[in-house]
Amino acid sequence: MTEILNENKLKFLEETSNQLRQDVIEMIIETGSGHPAGALGMADIFSAFYFHILNHDPKNPNWPDRDRLVLSNGHICPIQYAALARAGYFPIEELKTLRKIGSRLQGHPFRKALVGAETSSGPLGEGLSQAIGIALSGRLDKKRYQTYCIMSDGEQDCGNIWEAAMLAGKYRLNNLTAVIDRNNIQSDGFTEEIMPLEPLRDKYESFNWHVLEIDGHNIEAIIDAVNEAKAIYEKPTMIIAHTIPGKGVDFMEFDFRWHAMAPNKEQAKKALEELRTLGGKIKSEHE
Amino acid sequence: MNEFNQNNIEQKPTRDGFGEGLLIAAEENPDVVVLSADVAKSTRCDKFAEKFPERFFQIGIAEQNLAGVAAGFGVSGKIPFISAYAIFSPGRNWEQIRTTIAYNDSNVKIAGHHSGLLTGYDGATHQILEDIALMRVLPNMKVIAPCDAIEAKKATIAAAKIWGPIYIRLAREKTPVFTSEDTPFIPGKAEIFWQSKKPQVAIIGCGPILYNALLAAKELEKEKIGTIVLNNHTIKPMDEKKIIEVAKKYKAIVAVEEHSIFGGLGSAIAEILAKNCPTPMEFVGTKDAFGESGEPKALMEKYGLGVKDIMAAVKKVLRRT
Repeated sequence: MTEILNENKLKFLEETSNQLRQDVIEMIIETGSGHPAGALGMADIFSAFYFHILNHDPKNPNWPDRDRLVLSNGHICPIQYAALARAGYFPIEELKTLRKIGSRLQGHPFRKALVGAETSSGPLGEGLSQAIGIALSGRLDKKRYQTYCIMSDGEQDCGNIWEAAMLAGKYRLNNLTAVIDRNNIQSDGFTEEIMPLEPLRDKYESFNWHVLEIDGHNIEAIIDAVNEAKAIYEKPTMIIAHTIPGKGVDFMEFDFRWHAMAPNKEQAKKALEELRTLGGKIKSEHE
Repeated sequence: MNEFNQNNIEQKPTRDGFGEGLLIAAEENPDVVVLSADVAKSTRCDKFAEKFPERFFQIGIAEQNLAGVAAGFGVSGKIPFISAYAIFSPGRNWEQIRTTIAYNDSNVKIAGHHSGLLTGYDGATHQILEDIALMRVLPNMKVIAPCDAIEAKKATIAAAKIWGPIYIRLAREKTPVFTSEDTPFIPGKAEIFWQSKKPQVAIIGCGPILYNALLAAKELEKEKIGTIVLNNHTIKPMDEKKIIEVAKKYKAIVAVEEHSIFGGLGSAIAEILAKNCPTPMEFVGTKDAFGESGEPKALMEKYGLGVKDIMAAVKKVLRRT
């Protein structure tokens, strides 16, 4: 069962977010390729899910009653890999194998290789459909598990998402909660220039979803929103989480160019220093 | 049963066999669920939907979602069958099938209906002639093209029992029921359906067009040209051993399929032969062309898939031996 969110736990979750961000930078610099902006922006949400919200057991990853977290926008997987490793699914040292030959940590998640990855993803727009299948299965088996689907805002361009959104509304999937990383960027630029999504909230409401909008860096707000989603009886819930792409690394924040660009050694050093000193507020334990 | 009495033989579409098989599979296993893309009646899942309403999911005209939702069921211990027209599933949703079903290795069964020229009057937009090619290139995917309604029923029941993604190719039009409940059907194992006393050519086919191959074999026999007819219902995994065996024995092959000659059964045979025992071969199938509207059997003639065409292919390949 979910533990109480007290001050100590909140502090732990915030520290974990920071640790996950450092892991992301270290992983990406190791292979020199990856998608830093979205991964950094979602650190607080992944910290909240893997270290507080999810009813899961990293030592028993196939536990039938576990909550399922489906990552739809697979390209931000470094943040999921960091969370899985820190939660105890696999050794932390393995994070360094990201995108290397023979690694379980593929450039985009591969379900068959990696414990804790509920689906394989990468091609955008497909996670919500799979989450619906998992949620419908749970309902059919009278299981109590929750299904979560994490998506990007850019992938809302995909028609497949709206086919799925309609279906979740039709079946009133109250055991399904999705999160959109509303960071306003995608590969080619800002979402509202590439393909305007607004009014995004209205779109999902009109598809019969319960919609919440939160600050995606406020861990308390993230947890509150998920609790509200669980309490909504008649509808699936969409949490639109407003986030800052590249969050935590000053020179990456708000800049769409960091969507799919790895930092060079110098930039990575600067990024890690910033994360380790909380932007110069504290002294780093590293040299 | 006299398979060659064309006037008396029972006529039934393979989709009917699928519907019957689905009911049996569903009774045998409570994990079988069915998802339809607004074609429950025409793809024969309506009886399943009536009998097992809680296990039937109407997805609407949304084949991309159909594949993904099924993949979710498949990784959650269910045995989902997705039932739609093949032109849209796997035609429209190929990448969803590749990623969420094949790469995920999700236990999904894809029923591709209304395949081939037998779709008839609806015309080229609905006559998929590329689906075997689309599916057999996918790792983890198995491909079965049943030759009649009874074999389609057996294939459907078998698919529910075999673990992993499977594509079953089905047709709309009534076609002869020339197998019986007792005819052997083992997925992955080709069966000899006809053998002349002195065979010179092996005709290897799949799907309802196999009946034309049998009629051709009988006519050729009258002209003293001996053949065997091999029912190669499983295109993946292919019965390589049998293909090599008949190629070595008869030294000439004719592949017969209601599919493009590019990438289908004939190509799969040629890949095996080129590597193991290069053998003269002819291909009966559609030739880099779309179909058109028309009476199904007349279309088969027009596009070179008739009995005469199979006979001509056998004679042609014989001249090369």
